[in-house]
Amino acid sequence: MHKAGWSAALFQIGGILSALLLTTVVLVASKAPPFAAFANIILGSVGTWNNFSQVLVSWVPLLLSTAGLLITFAVGLWNIGIEGQITLGGIFTTWALRLLQTSGWNPALIIAVAIAAGVVGGVLWAMLAGALKTFGGVNEIFGGLGLNFVAMAINLWLIFGPWKRPGIASMSGTMPFAQSLWLPTVTPQSSLSLAAVVIAVVSILVVFGLIQGTYFGLRMKAVGRNPRAAHLLGIPTWQYMMASFALCGVFAGLAGAVQVTSVYHRLIPAISSGYGYLGLMVAMLVNYQAAWAAPVALFFAALNVGSIQLPIVLRLDSSLGGVLQDTLVLFVVLAQGFRRRFQKRTGDEQ
Amino acid sequence: MTTQALLINLGGVLTSAGPIVFAATGETISERAGVINLSMNGMILLTAMGGFAAALATNNLAVGFVAGALIGAAVAAVVAFASITLKQSQVAVGFVLALLCRDLSYFLGSPIMGKTGPRLSIAPLPFLSDIPVVGTLFFRQDVMTYLSFLVIFGAWIFVFHTRPGLMLRGIGERPAAAYVRGANVNRLRYFYTILGGAIAGLAGPVYSLSVKAGWKGTISGLDGIGWIVLAITIFGGWKPLRAAFGAYLFAFLQWFGLFLQPALPGIPAQVLQVAPFPLMILTLLLVNFGDADWVARTLSHLPEPARRPLARLLRALHATPPASLGTPFEPE
Repeated sequence: MHKAGWSAALFQIGGILSALLLTTVVLVASKAPPFAAFANIILGSVGTWNNFSQVLVSWVPLLLSTAGLLITFAVGLWNIGIEGQITLGGIFTTWALRLLQTSGWNPALIIAVAIAAGVVGGVLWAMLAGALKTFGGVNEIFGGLGLNFVAMAINLWLIFGPWKRPGIASMSGTMPFAQSLWLPTVTPQSSLSLAAVVIAVVSILVVFGLIQGTYFGLRMKAVGRNPRAAHLLGIPTWQYMMASFALCGVFAGLAGAVQVTSVYHRLIPAISSGYGYLGLMVAMLVNYQAAWAAPVALFFAALNVGSIQLPIVLRLDSSLGGVLQDTLVLFVVLAQGFRRRFQKRTGDEQ
Repeated sequence: MTTQALLINLGGVLTSAGPIVFAATGETISERAGVINLSMNGMILLTAMGGFAAALATNNLAVGFVAGALIGAAVAAVVAFASITLKQSQVAVGFVLALLCRDLSYFLGSPIMGKTGPRLSIAPLPFLSDIPVVGTLFFRQDVMTYLSFLVIFGAWIFVFHTRPGLMLRGIGERPAAAYVRGANVNRLRYFYTILGGAIAGLAGPVYSLSVKAGWKGTISGLDGIGWIVLAITIFGGWKPLRAAFGAYLFAFLQWFGLFLQPALPGIPAQVLQVAPFPLMILTLLLVNFGDADWVARTLSHLPEPARRPLARLLRALHATPPASLGTPFEPE
């Protein structure tokens, strides 16, 4: 057992080193100084308090979407439609804020209702993907991808149509809300909200507890391992799948709500900012286990924020952060395959 | 619009469907062998960038297309290696590669962004292009569009009317039976995944050297097409001719959206451009409806004159995937 643990760690480290090596090769191939680029990413993410607070701002929606995806992965579903679920969360939050901003209610109550509305939006969109899968036989990957584009179309239509800024409709989004409707931030200049961080941390703890510590979680994992066997054991499989979609929608909706209430204070075309797809990557990198989700999501958020300055300082495209994230996940997945092959071979010899 | 203008427009639809035809045919071949190549979306971007860069550097269009095919084959080889040799999830590896190829194309392509490079020109075929209607539609195209026509029929003949094609279907449907009959299942799966990747790899350069000439990074308008290609493969029922029909339908709908634009000033252009996507979900639903019990039950309550055509339509649209799609094969 101990030996297996060591070899797993060795393969993991091998995967990470290969990813760094490949990214270095990519940098050298594009005639860029690798060390300066890596140093720039590190400094850009943790160099100043301001940068690090940006990392936390990016960590919140990423951790929320990862938390949701861990639930759908537990039942063996590839909820690629999470991008659309985040978008619908943002749309419903904006909708509630628009309806209530002139109501004269207490701003804190309005924000709470708006976030709840975002959750409803995320759940509805996730249930739609679930219904397509359960009742229409549409694979959740293709149903989800299609719904992502539909969500994008609805979002653009709202921004350029009914909710457009008076006079000019533009890619910069809807009219910003009054400052009283923003989630309070740590300092006036930053968009880091303590409440948002608390929501994200509580969410990942809830998901960890749900999957690891409840009978419901155990049965979810049974459905994920072998739906037929779970069905024969009397677990209502399709209800469990629908429930996991709905639960994932809760966290996706929260991510969209946080984006609107604490980061952008309005609806923008790219409201999901790719956090759904990035959440899939984080979930894969932590091998679908909730325990490591928070630190790995923080690291990915740091890569996101750290690469923002690359175009200004080194004239490199900011997609370098994405390249590093993607190669990391690719090589860790490949390393798992190599380890299994290696263990099987050594197992045969004994 | 005059008839001639309409014909030229429809000919343009055939041109703009070319890359989707290459990609969907490549994916159909790969999935027929049992391997899903989910990296398509990033692969189209990377081959578009790589093909354009290669053609720009050598000022030679052919080099650009060959580079695209090689990149497509290389990405497919990674999918094949991870799923066949390392037995990792095809979906996981394909998805990571979809994102990796996309980010790589943006990163490596930033120095050549917005540059003007060589562009494929129209080559009307002698005599054939003078045939009324048909000539304007099919024979006033560029070389790659002609090749896309050939690829459709070539793939159809290969898959359904040759012995190796029978074996290809065999390793995707019942690999154990094909193995017993002497097929080296995993080696063939490698071969067809890489071949499918090479064909699909032509899609990118056809965009960047013809349909949407140039490389414009994130605003190239190519992000998303690969996902549509995967849906078209399903819509096509893993048949080359039907997949090609799906590709043309998609290109037609995109053109029709732009055509309708002036008549619908209330709807922003960005919305019409994504209009084919909800239609894609609808078609996938129809393709799968034949399998659902409740559909059969609902149909049985309908009066006969309504039931029969509906049932026939659903049966015509229905498609079943290759039985061992996505599952590894281990010879005893």
